[in-house]
Amino acid sequence: MNRIAPWKVIAVLAATVLAGYYLWPSYVYYSMTPAQRETARVADPKKFAATRDRAIHLGLDLQGGMHLVLEVDRSKLNPAEAKDAVDRALEVIRRRVDEFGVGERPIQREGQDRIALQLPGLTDRIRAREIVGKTALLEFRLVRTPDETRSVFARLDAFLAGRGAGRNMGLDTLLQSHPLTGHFIDMGTGAFVREQDVPTVQNLLATAGLDSILPSDSQLMWGDEGQGMSGVTGRSLYVLKRTPEMTGGSIATAQAQIGLDETNPAAWGVSLTMTPAGSAELARVSGNNIGRNLAIVLDGRVNSAPVLRQHITGGQASISGNFDIAASRDLAIVLRAGALPAPVHIVEERSVGPSLGADSIRQGLTAMLIGTLLVVIFMCIYYQLSGVIAVGAMLLNIVYVFACLAGVGATLTLPGIAGLALTVGMAVDTNVLVFERIREELRAGKSVRQAVQLGYDRAFRTILDAHFTTLFSAAILFAFGTGPIKGFAVTLSIGLIANMFTAVLFTRMIYDWMLGRRDVQRLSI
Amino acid sequence: MIQFLVGTKFPFMKYRRYSYLVSGALMLATIVWLVMHGGPRLGVDFTGGTLLQVRAANNVATDVVRTAVEASGHTGAEIQQIEAEGHTEYMIRLAAQSGDPFPAIHAAVEQRAPGTNLELRRTEQVGPKVGRELRDKALWAVLGSLGGILLFVGIRYEFKFALGAVMALFHDVLITLGALCFTNREVSLTVVAALLTIAGFSINDTIVVFDRIRERSKAMRKDPHERVMDMAVNETLSRTIITSLTVFLTALALLVWGGDVLRDFSFAMVVGVLFGTYSSVYVASGLALDIWLWLDRRKETKSK
Repeated sequence: MNRIAPWKVIAVLAATVLAGYYLWPSYVYYSMTPAQRETARVADPKKFAATRDRAIHLGLDLQGGMHLVLEVDRSKLNPAEAKDAVDRALEVIRRRVDEFGVGERPIQREGQDRIALQLPGLTDRIRAREIVGKTALLEFRLVRTPDETRSVFARLDAFLAGRGAGRNMGLDTLLQSHPLTGHFIDMGTGAFVREQDVPTVQNLLATAGLDSILPSDSQLMWGDEGQGMSGVTGRSLYVLKRTPEMTGGSIATAQAQIGLDETNPAAWGVSLTMTPAGSAELARVSGNNIGRNLAIVLDGRVNSAPVLRQHITGGQASISGNFDIAASRDLAIVLRAGALPAPVHIVEERSVGPSLGADSIRQGLTAMLIGTLLVVIFMCIYYQLSGVIAVGAMLLNIVYVFACLAGVGATLTLPGIAGLALTVGMAVDTNVLVFERIREELRAGKSVRQAVQLGYDRAFRTILDAHFTTLFSAAILFAFGTGPIKGFAVTLSIGLIANMFTAVLFTRMIYDWMLGRRDVQRLSI
Repeated sequence: MIQFLVGTKFPFMKYRRYSYLVSGALMLATIVWLVMHGGPRLGVDFTGGTLLQVRAANNVATDVVRTAVEASGHTGAEIQQIEAEGHTEYMIRLAAQSGDPFPAIHAAVEQRAPGTNLELRRTEQVGPKVGRELRDKALWAVLGSLGGILLFVGIRYEFKFALGAVMALFHDVLITLGALCFTNREVSLTVVAALLTIAGFSINDTIVVFDRIRERSKAMRKDPHERVMDMAVNETLSRTIITSLTVFLTALALLVWGGDVLRDFSFAMVVGVLFGTYSSVYVASGLALDIWLWLDRRKETKSK
């Protein structure tokens, strides 16, 4: 008896290797200084994003940031409008939040009429409140003709070159003479700028005095992020007429539809129905500007700039072009959002300043470390060698918990650290149960092997019962809790499960190994 | 081997009535406090309102902050200076409002004490409706978990045990709540999490004792229940103490080093662990014994 079952060794090894695999990105990411992170991000954005997203996410309470819950006030809308009011508001806010450049999926719908969003690492909460809370503004503006656009950019180029903006561009002669347009890869009714060049171009456009060079009735405006042009992603930069032709109030409804384009019946597009006043306006605008592009501008960003193909008189219009089903749905939502902005109120704000977040991490980890250390000292003195084994199991347990957190993409919060600290306390409990049983059997005069065997067997049911009940209450905590409480429940549950594994399987394996080799008379317990 | 509390023969059950007295008194005190104050002192999570934690660059007096806050149009604000390593920090509690109160407060303080340079460390702003919802949710979480545990222990064990276990857990949660009330702490979302963790810990502890009682009651059929119980409690005593000690040590470390954001949470944990340990012996086992005895008597009278 007491041979080590090979599957146990394999299970423990596999779990540990897997844990290492899941923890590696966290190690890489958190061992970098902010400056190193920036360098890595620029060097290889894709690889950096992958590492960042696979590293353990820190909650807002630990990294600082803002958690907002917004409520869409649907009380003044009719039922048809109210139906997708939240989706529309969600779309508008998503666009605005994109400007902060925070990580992925910061916005979720919560319940019937709420939107929750996270702005991690955000320092300017006043600006955030303003941007998120304001009402959406949808406008239609004429795009300058390609000739006009080219001439505006040429003037800007001359101005920037005169200011010496191209001087630090190195040996690239094109950029020296054309600091701005040198970054464009295509120019027509809008310039297309590669994603990595966008910041440079934005800096150039921020040059003092540049505004005075623009024709007084023109304005520069960026398009949405992530657009594609012949396989390159980037953003478009438009020259628009400064005064809008129409605003979102002109649109009654907008729907994604198929078959709007006669030449391409399978293509998706958006059909619009205008309000009576909007119909008249659209008739005027479209009649005067056939063949020109009309930009759909939401919150100061160009969503798209379709061509006005004909004189539209009936109040029914359509937008078609290079849309897939998702893009046309999004556009329809945008158009409706601007058409009927339901008021949005901030009903909950929790923000943690970066300095407090840093303090929290430090204090949380210190407390956890000291707590763990106290338990380690106690266990090693009280149970001697067996205590050391239990401590090994406990440390393995912590590693597994962190690996699971990283693996399932859970967020580590301050209560989560507390949960982890408590897991440490409870983790040794399982071993204490076993050890006390073994001691009882030893006192009853059993041999070491028998005592170990019986100790594990008898303690097992108790352990199972105890873990199930705690797991049960953690599940309820998760079901009813919000935010940080959920984080606590997750950490606690993962800790309990990992604990079953380490305490029962891992320590048992060590005993089997110790007892399997020779006839042990005495057990250090 | 180092060991303590082994082979003890404390007549725990003999003294269970005294423990009823102690527990009853503490629970009564809590209930009286709750009735008198109309429930626990709820944080902004549950009442709706605004909490600002600010740090001042220089040492600004509480009075200055108070007059500044009032001058910026917030009457009835509660201001409390908190301990922070080498800094002056304040917690400012305001009634629920729609705007952002910080800029006005900052300006007002700066005007009275130039160079204060207030830094906003933390804000919690909860609308009254959200507060109500969070409160309902928290209440359901507590009731749901107590009910769920009753059901679980009832199925897993005999009902007489389940009742004792759940009473013990109710006792622990109530007394911890009392300890929070008596020390003038606020009940927030995290404190509710702590209370539910205590419930989990308490039941965990109780189940270990009950497992042993069940095992012993099979082996010692002839012995009186009281002896069986005492035996089981004594046999598991060292485990109970050691486990509680390790959890207590970690909770204590959180209380001392965990920082002020976790302070109420860890305080609740420390109190909860102490009472959880005591209650698994006295309240849970004691009550289970009395229910057991009562059931026996009823059976006898019926058979006669």
